[in-house]
Amino acid sequence: MSKSTGQQREENEKKRRYQQLTKKKRPNPPIVLNSVKAFVIGGLISTFGQFLMNFYVSIGFTKEQAGNPTVATLIFISALLTGLGVYDNIAQFAGAGSAVPVTGFANSITSAALEHRSEGLVLGVGGNMFKLAGSVIVFGVVAAFFVGLIKTLIRMI
Amino acid sequence: MGSYPAAFLVGGLISVIGQILMDMTKMTPAHVMSTLVVAGAVLDGLGLYEPLIEFAGAGATVPITSFGNALVHGALSEAEHHGLIGIVTGIFEVTSAGISSAIIFGFLVAIIFKPKG
Repeated sequence: MSKSTGQQREENEKKRRYQQLTKKKRPNPPIVLNSVKAFVIGGLISTFGQFLMNFYVSIGFTKEQAGNPTVATLIFISALLTGLGVYDNIAQFAGAGSAVPVTGFANSITSAALEHRSEGLVLGVGGNMFKLAGSVIVFGVVAAFFVGLIKTLIRMI
Repeated sequence: MGSYPAAFLVGGLISVIGQILMDMTKMTPAHVMSTLVVAGAVLDGLGLYEPLIEFAGAGATVPITSFGNALVHGALSEAEHHGLIGIVTGIFEVTSAGISSAIIFGFLVAIIFKPKG
């Protein structure tokens, strides 16, 4: 049975007042503290990446070639830590510090795959893997296409 | 290229930019990541990202901004040899290692591990 319009209006009014109240009471995020955490963790992950890069250069990769195994190693470690449930704990503390490095990209892919594992390999894992990372790839490729197009056209002139 | 302090500083600062965007603009993490990738692509188009890599090494190649930079790089180097079609064929040339390994390791982990909680 539908409620009378008077009741409905009263409820809406209550809802509106409640939302206003929660908006006021919601604490502002501690921006400085969060930034410090993000700086330290983001910096440490990058430093570890630098360590890997130096290592791959020392075993015979050129500077340009060393980037690929470095990224692959970081992604492997990140996927493993996500599987073990460790990366999410780091993320809770570090915020963007663990999301912005490439390890965060791998974490979003792995955690989406894990989360939907119960829906099967094709529809669950395969279909949801890029649920979060997909937009990064889409916007990256579209932006790169236009930047590449503009630069190439300028070069041709 | 890239000392440890420079890598720490630049990698940390790019993460701070992401954190500030999240805290101050109510952007979701997906919006922030997409914005950073586009920023990396545009910065490379302006010729500004390579000097940053030269200075900070992994501090500039590990954050997601370098994904945009690498996409542009692949597109441009292929376009140099094959003309306009090279933009499409080359876009994933440099980033292939990252995307492929993320798919492979992500898939394997999903099969081997049980989801928590």
